[in-house]
Amino acid sequence: MKPTDTKNPEYFHKVVDCQYACPAHTPVPEYIRLISAGKYTEAYMINWESNVFPGVLGRTCDRPCEPACRRGRIEEEPVAICRLKRVAADNKDDVRAFMPGIPSEMNGKRIALIGGGPASLTVARDLAPLGYEIHLYDEHAAGGGMMRSQIPSFRLPDDVLNEEVGYILDMGIHTHFNTYVSSMNEILEKGYDAVFVGTGAPRGRDLVLPGREEAGKNVHVGIEWLASVAFEHTHKIGKKVIVLGGGNTAMDCCRTSRRLGGEEVKVVVRSPFAEMKASPWEIEDAMHEDIPILENHVPKAYVIENGKLVGMTFEKVKAVYEQGKRTLVPSGEPEVFIEADDVLVAVGQQNSFPWIERDSGVDFDQWGMPLVDALTHQSTNQRVFFGGDAAFGPKNVITAVAHGHQVAISIDLYCKGEALTERPAPFTNLVSKKMGIHEWSYDNDVVNDQRFIVPQAEKKAALSDRKLEVELGFDIQTAIKEAHRCLNCDVQTVFEKDKCIECDACVDICPTACITFTVNGEEAELRTRLKAPALNLTQDLYVSDTLPTQRVMVKDEDVCLHCGLCAERCPTSAWDMQQYLYKVTKAG
Amino acid sequence: MTYIRPKFRHPDLPKNDLGYTTREYEGSLSTLCAGCGHDSISGSILQACFELSIPPHRIAKLSGIGCSSKTPNYFLGNSHGFNSVHGRMPSVATGANMANRDLIYMGVSGDGDTASIGMGQFVHVIRRNLNMVYIVMNNGCYGLTKGQDSATADAGSKSKAGSVNPFQPIDLAGLALELGASFVAQSFSGDKEQLIPLIKAAISHPGFAFINVISPCVTFNNNPGSTKSYDYVREHIEETGKTDLVPEKSEILASYESGTGTEVMLHDGTFIKLEKLAANRDPFNRMEAMNALRNARNRNEILTGLLYIETETEDLHHTINSTDRPLNTLEEEDLCPGSAVLAEINEDLR
Ligand SMILES: Cc1cc2nc3c(=O)[nH]c(=O)nc-3n(C[C@H](O)[C@H](O)[C@H](O)COP(=O)(O)OP(=O)(O)OC[C@H]3O[C@@H](n4cnc5c(N)ncnc54)[C@H](O)[C@@H]3O)c2cc1C
Ligand SMILES: Cc1ncc(C[n+]2csc(CCOP(=O)(O)OP(=O)(O)O)c2C)c(N)n1
Ligand code: SF4
Ligand code: SF4
Ligand code: SF4
Ligand SMILES: [Mg+2]
Repeated sequence: MKPTDTKNPEYFHKVVDCQYACPAHTPVPEYIRLISAGKYTEAYMINWESNVFPGVLGRTCDRPCEPACRRGRIEEEPVAICRLKRVAADNKDDVRAFMPGIPSEMNGKRIALIGGGPASLTVARDLAPLGYEIHLYDEHAAGGGMMRSQIPSFRLPDDVLNEEVGYILDMGIHTHFNTYVSSMNEILEKGYDAVFVGTGAPRGRDLVLPGREEAGKNVHVGIEWLASVAFEHTHKIGKKVIVLGGGNTAMDCCRTSRRLGGEEVKVVVRSPFAEMKASPWEIEDAMHEDIPILENHVPKAYVIENGKLVGMTFEKVKAVYEQGKRTLVPSGEPEVFIEADDVLVAVGQQNSFPWIERDSGVDFDQWGMPLVDALTHQSTNQRVFFGGDAAFGPKNVITAVAHGHQVAISIDLYCKGEALTERPAPFTNLVSKKMGIHEWSYDNDVVNDQRFIVPQAEKKAALSDRKLEVELGFDIQTAIKEAHRCLNCDVQTVFEKDKCIECDACVDICPTACITFTVNGEEAELRTRLKAPALNLTQDLYVSDTLPTQRVMVKDEDVCLHCGLCAERCPTSAWDMQQYLYKVTKAG
Repeated sequence: MTYIRPKFRHPDLPKNDLGYTTREYEGSLSTLCAGCGHDSISGSILQACFELSIPPHRIAKLSGIGCSSKTPNYFLGNSHGFNSVHGRMPSVATGANMANRDLIYMGVSGDGDTASIGMGQFVHVIRRNLNMVYIVMNNGCYGLTKGQDSATADAGSKSKAGSVNPFQPIDLAGLALELGASFVAQSFSGDKEQLIPLIKAAISHPGFAFINVISPCVTFNNNPGSTKSYDYVREHIEETGKTDLVPEKSEILASYESGTGTEVMLHDGTFIKLEKLAANRDPFNRMEAMNALRNARNRNEILTGLLYIETETEDLHHTINSTDRPLNTLEEEDLCPGSAVLAEINEDLR
């Protein structure tokens, strides 16, 4: 193998598994260390810079960081990265003083943002401080998009959302609420220097089966129903409720039903339980609220008696796997009838752009999706950019934020007349953490604690109040213990070949057998002859140049605990522990 | 010195025949200086015992005094151990071996512990061919007492403070050969690939097995001008050949390249495989081994690898015809067979 190029900013970035997995590349270990130091405001601001909605995301994020967390590879559970973010948000002081100021003189450019969700708000957050005049349009009365209309209050209280949306709107954003934009051409005619489309994926799919028409108003499309609950148009539901679908929307529908009078609420899914799309924690919370989940049930018909919906029939199936493909085949068991007063359909969500004229210069593909550049987010109309769920289909809040940052860079480059493909490099910094022979300016003592559980409100109280937040958040003592589970993966093991005397001390001390000195070879073959086989191909091998004994140092990054023992044991400081700070560049 | 070591280990560590990983062979955290050669030797002993799938409770570690003699604390934490008095490890090992011949005796000593204060004990344990492994972690100085020249320091070797050693060194491997040791090897702490198989062979050898391991003292004897520094040793090492220990059950002939080496069967059916032997080297000829060692010294080279082995060897228990059962398992009736037996013996003496 070639010696590893640690100058490539992505090499050490990739070692910070959580940060690398985060679409917005939040410097996770850095904020977790700040939390253990009681510096909640600083921890909040690190988050805010990257992900804009720490309070919201600390409660609702899809947390792609957690499955990536190295801790999950050395013991059962990853660090509770998401819920620690909430600790920073809940315990911070007033942060307004740290927010970027708005220049007294604007730069003369006007930008329209269509849709008031997290994607648009992020674009606003990045561009307003640069002097852009921002006009934000949304059909609803307040900003937040689906964070407001879809995510139920028992998961995300209004005041948390309002606070974080407010930080942005207070940057002198011109809001046009209660304004549905019905024509792209009209917007383009208004002479904005750039237009951003952050309108989400607003259409929920209905499920048309025999009886659908007669069932009428007792069958609801999940996301429409959730929005009407959020905006207080809907206050109750029948005692018996069927929720169709196995994703997170279904979980929010069933739990909301339990709070609006649903006593026997059942989630019914076509696939096996193990293949449900919903996050495991969402499923767990639903089941905790006495909601059974019935797997392998394919809906057949709405059953109507005396002109009224009384339930649904289902065919039972089993999953058959052939060549990695799954098919559902009838199990031969008798049809199942389940009683219901109401049915909530949560079987998918789609984009829809009825308001964008096909002659607006924005081209669409055969599935009705806009043609958008994956890097620059520019559409075929150079002045129009897409982000969030509107760009590539429904994802989540953190992805919308990540898009927002990239769009802001593109719009800024576009307005300056610069090439959009020349993206500014990330900010990186690598500093030694050495304080003394066995002293580091980070806590390198790896604790054995298992993941701590976030306490929840009492079930009865939670079910009787739609707005009562279920999760209570970590108390500070527990938060600090949980924070200590972080392995500080941003504190890198940095090897300086010329200092090494090949004494093997690092090899012998490393608790997780990461380091091997051996003759070089091709990667696939080298992976098999390390001290412990390097089976996780997603994790890099860190390889040095050839040493005097004609061997190379090979470190498998996979399960390194970042404990610093290699560096402590190295007589020549050929190893050093150095903190790597990586920040995605913002516009400007 | 490092104070804490995380409890987590690599989830895919290889397992040996007992189902153990190297974790079961670890000891407590070393307190030696970072980079000390002794720690690598500890690592090699640990690895050798793991690879041989020896149940840790079947091993007794014995040592004297010195940094080297402290190391048994840092490997095989689940084995028996006795950290004895300076230079007296051989006596304790002899006593222990006499009382329980069923254990594997792993003696660890230093060049000070062996070649100075313990010299008298060392020569006698060789003479007696006690069934044990005797490893000297040889750094040419008294590390524990801050680096004074030891009796194995080469004449002309410079200390960290700049003084030059005027005395001739004692060549421990040469001495062991001279005194009739049945297994003599030499190695370097920084060459685990060579050292681990040598330790495995030494453990399998049914008599006294001596390994002199050059082991740089990073703190007091790793300076330019020292002949026991990492750099000097690496530049002056000469290998006699490659050694490997092949367990009885594996198909040795298949993997064996004819014409490149020799294989030696040990009493327990395992084989020692010697590969790529240097020209004119014959590990079964004591005289030849002594000459090779001497010639290498004259060239300022350090000859490493298996120098000599006597496969048909009889250890002390055979020589003194002691009982096959370990003494510590003998009951009162075995030891005091009663007046009838006494009368019989007396009758014999009439
Ligand atoms: C039930 C449900 C629960 C969810 N839970 C989570 C969760 O826990 N965590 C998570 O990360 N993600 C969750 N999501 C997904 C997340 O809400 C979205 O991915 C995210 O909000 C997308 O952001 P966005 O900025 O692209 O658009 P959106 O948030 O969808 O915002 C778009 C806004 O634009 C408005 N709009 C649309 N068209 C027009 C127009 N023509 N004129 C004016 N306004 C218009 C819409 O009304 C909306 O307010 C959930 C989604 C659903 C449906
Ligand atoms: C009877 C006695 N005499 C002297 C000492 C002091 N002493 C302790 S260790 C040591 C020398 C150890 O040298 P070596 O065996 O080479 O061990 P190293 O520390 O170099 O590994 C001496 C002289 C002692 N502990 N006991
Ligand atoms: S920091 Fe060093 S000693 Fe610790 S696990 Fe990583 S490589 Fe091993
Ligand atoms: S401890 Fe340091 S000098 Fe020794 S082998 Fe490791 S990196 Fe090289
Ligand atoms: S003084 Fe020398 S021999 Fe003793 S621990 Fe330190 S380096 Fe090793
Ligand atoms: Mg010594």
